[in-house]
Amino acid sequence: MMIEALIAVALLGALVTFVAPNRIAGKLAFAISLIPTALALWLFSAFDGSGNALLGGELAFSSSVEWIQFGDYTISWFVGLDGISMPLVVMTTILVTLAIVSSWTPIDERESQFYGLLLFIEANLIGVFAALDFFVWFIFWEAVLIPMYLLIGIWGGPRRKYAAIKFFVYTNVASLVMFGAFIALVLGLGDGVTSFALPEIADAMVNDGGVQTALFGVDPGTLTAIVFVAMFLGFAVKVPVVPFHTWLPDAHVEAPTPASVLLAGVLLKMGTYALLRFNFTMFPEQVAAYAVPIAAIAVISVIYGALLALAQTDLKRIVAYSSVSSMGYVILGLIAYTEFGVSGATFQMVSHGLISGLMFMAVGVIYNVTHTRMVTDMSGLADRMPVAAGVLVAGAFGYMGLPLMSGFYGEFTIFFGAFGSELLAYSQVFTALAMFGIVIVAGYLLFALQRTVFGPYHLETDYEVGRAALHDIAPMFVLLGLIILLGVAPELIFEMMKDAVTPILETGGGL
Amino acid sequence: MAIFELPGWTALAPAVLLAATALALFVIDSISPTTTNRGLLAGTATAGSLAALGVAVWFVLAGVGTPTIDGGRGVIDVLGNQFVVDQLALFFMIVITVVTALVTVASYDYMEGHAYQAEYYSLVLLAATGMATMAAANSLVTIFIALELSSLPSYALVAILKDNRGSVEGGMKYFLIGALSSAIFLYGISLVYGATGHLQLETIADVIGNGDANDYGGLLGLGILMLIGGFAYKTASVPFHFWAPEAYEGAPAPISAFLSSASKAAGFVIAFRVFTEAFPVARTASVIGVDWTVAFIVLAVVTMTLGNFAAATQENVKRMLAYSSIGHAGYALIGLAGISADGGALVMGAAMMHLLVYGFMNTGAFLFVALAEYWGVGRTFEDYNGLARQAPVACFALGICLFSLAGIPPLGGFWSKYFLYTSALDAGLLVVAAALVVNSALSLYYYSRLIKAVWIEDPVVERDSLSQPIGLYAALVVAAVMTVALLPMFGPVADTAVNAATAVLT
Repeated sequence: MMIEALIAVALLGALVTFVAPNRIAGKLAFAISLIPTALALWLFSAFDGSGNALLGGELAFSSSVEWIQFGDYTISWFVGLDGISMPLVVMTTILVTLAIVSSWTPIDERESQFYGLLLFIEANLIGVFAALDFFVWFIFWEAVLIPMYLLIGIWGGPRRKYAAIKFFVYTNVASLVMFGAFIALVLGLGDGVTSFALPEIADAMVNDGGVQTALFGVDPGTLTAIVFVAMFLGFAVKVPVVPFHTWLPDAHVEAPTPASVLLAGVLLKMGTYALLRFNFTMFPEQVAAYAVPIAAIAVISVIYGALLALAQTDLKRIVAYSSVSSMGYVILGLIAYTEFGVSGATFQMVSHGLISGLMFMAVGVIYNVTHTRMVTDMSGLADRMPVAAGVLVAGAFGYMGLPLMSGFYGEFTIFFGAFGSELLAYSQVFTALAMFGIVIVAGYLLFALQRTVFGPYHLETDYEVGRAALHDIAPMFVLLGLIILLGVAPELIFEMMKDAVTPILETGGGL
Repeated sequence: MAIFELPGWTALAPAVLLAATALALFVIDSISPTTTNRGLLAGTATAGSLAALGVAVWFVLAGVGTPTIDGGRGVIDVLGNQFVVDQLALFFMIVITVVTALVTVASYDYMEGHAYQAEYYSLVLLAATGMATMAAANSLVTIFIALELSSLPSYALVAILKDNRGSVEGGMKYFLIGALSSAIFLYGISLVYGATGHLQLETIADVIGNGDANDYGGLLGLGILMLIGGFAYKTASVPFHFWAPEAYEGAPAPISAFLSSASKAAGFVIAFRVFTEAFPVARTASVIGVDWTVAFIVLAVVTMTLGNFAAATQENVKRMLAYSSIGHAGYALIGLAGISADGGALVMGAAMMHLLVYGFMNTGAFLFVALAEYWGVGRTFEDYNGLARQAPVACFALGICLFSLAGIPPLGGFWSKYFLYTSALDAGLLVVAAALVVNSALSLYYYSRLIKAVWIEDPVVERDSLSQPIGLYAALVVAAVMTVALLPMFGPVADTAVNAATAVLT
């Protein structure tokens, strides 16, 4: 019942905040959001699961209630956590709390609706990571879109309407493709599967020979391949990988800072999480068959995303494109299909969530005081706002993979795992190319820092730059603390991830 | 239990209660014709429809209408099998009474200052009586009478805003097309009677089954085609859909909600009953030489496509909802299109669920329009811009209803559409299933346009603060809450619907 409590608190909190007066909404939402955070941390400390949720592992805090019976199939409320989802849930609750605090300064209209939507999105994000029935999962997955659409559309920048509708259409069409493919898969699995429980479907796919009946005249092998590709595309838009990334910079640039934090920190992880749960767990044979093209997509995302970031002059756009690059590492780790590759990718999901959240907050704070995000408009900010500038520099180094910060551990394990991959042909070439991405990352970050933070103080806009408020700075320090904590002691979450990832690789042929 | 000691007609209690309430409203009005107590009238109407709802729900829970082999109390025949109270009838009575209750609550504010209060409420209740009777009617005669009983008050209700040209024009169009289609329907009945010699549904099926009608295949086929015309009119489906945009736009918005939700559901229940009980697919096909489900496959695809494409081009919110209501009739027609397949009960059950969910979400959407008309903000999307700043709760409820209409999870509309989709796939209706998905995706465009208008756009003109009429707000919020609250209850609802469909199909 603990997961239900977690979701219920966030949902009820959203409702309460929605009807609360505007002037107390921010503080109220913060107070409410502490409850799920505390609960999630407590769950983390009491975590007793082992193995992979889909492949017969011991679930933590699971519950299952039959919900709807229609025809031959049963739909159940089925939630539970394993070593992959647990850290993501904790990260989600922490990021939402910090995002709420970071909204206090920039959000000055319709506050109760804004904070209500943030809490609503939190409930759905937790649901996405905890759900183990396809329908429950899909409901939460889709329900995330609506509040994010509104967050961008109402409180966003000048081109917010365009960005919001682009985000909504891209991700919704992707969801439709993925949904149709998955339903076809379940129908194709035939009588052996009588529910939409993900473990049952994974079992049928991995242990019982997968799709064996032809559906609408499509033979089983082709059907499986189509489903794999359709689902990969559906999730790839969410991640996003090149060439499906064009919604991301628009959405990020227009979104208000807290929405960007959640978008980069958690929503992108929904894509890689789903890839891991569905494609990389249920279709080991197709993973092997399509390893080279997927790895190519990953490497292109890394390099091309980083090059795009290098070409930007808007700080927020730089951070946005850097996400494309970082998520490319995650895909590379997944496709390596080795213990370190996949666990490293899972670790990188959490790590990137924290670091990109930090970067967006830092950019947000700079914007709050300077009212510009253009690199060319400012220089020498370290002179006037040393703390915020310091945090930005620290975050950038986290991005670049400075040892003792979480980014280093994530990327190192991914490269380590990818280099030794037996599944992926030319894995050394792919890894080497991806590692070159680090150089570009360092290049654009240092270049941007050099122009904005260092040098003589100069600002194009007419605003008097004072010190940022404490409640703007504090969330960044919390994130920085967590990044360093995970960099120093990655085993806090890495062990449970490895434990949950190993069964996937064993069923995939003991690689 | 006591219920079996009562005479059989008491099983029609939901319809009887609605009729009694209508009469009670007349009595109240005749006691003091000069004064109008709005609260009393609206309260009586609401209490009557809630009582009917309560009885219908109680019947379902108590197993009335459930076949005895399934542990129920058996299907109840009334008046020599002219009426039948089974799960199908009760399911639709619930849909109809729910919508009636929501509409009467909302009308408390909407009809404020109107001259014909008592007449309005009793007409609503009389129309609801007709619809509830349609749900139970089991012979072509009783079906026709019930159909007229629901149609005649509806014409008057559409035209009740006598000083409003749109209202009168809508009422006129509705009446003319209604009269035409009634004539067609009646002629169809006479042809079926001529071919089979019976009006009671099961006996028609018997005659068709034992081959006595074999010589009149053409006559019977023509009769069935005309009956389809009658259903198409009542459900606002192609080819008799064109009254709907005018009537819905001109009518008072609560009446638009009433007609597009309850009246449509009532049209579907007679279509379900007639085509499953009187004209079993295989046997009828051997007589008339054509499988009648083909007609519904074509109608379903055409209706949903036409409704959605027309809705996408509207500038007027009420007209957009009217066309979307035609589109949803197309989705529910899938229930009849897929009835001949192995999983026929599933398809029909899914269509029933869709009509139930639709009863809440569509009523909610129309009630928001009623609220906007009450505020006097205007009719186009642009006029609705920025309403969320002043009325966030109502706009939140609207958002739920619209996202549900579009079929976005986790709302009720997603589930019923999903069940329609899989069951249609199961029944082998690939084209229909594909049309459903494409149309659903398209519908998101115009529904989200309204959401964008109220939530994201800035108001074109500055408005004063908006009042919060209690009745309209209550009805709107209840409709939205039920769209969400159906979720945990979807298991029992799905069971009831599929069982009801199975019972009439075998």
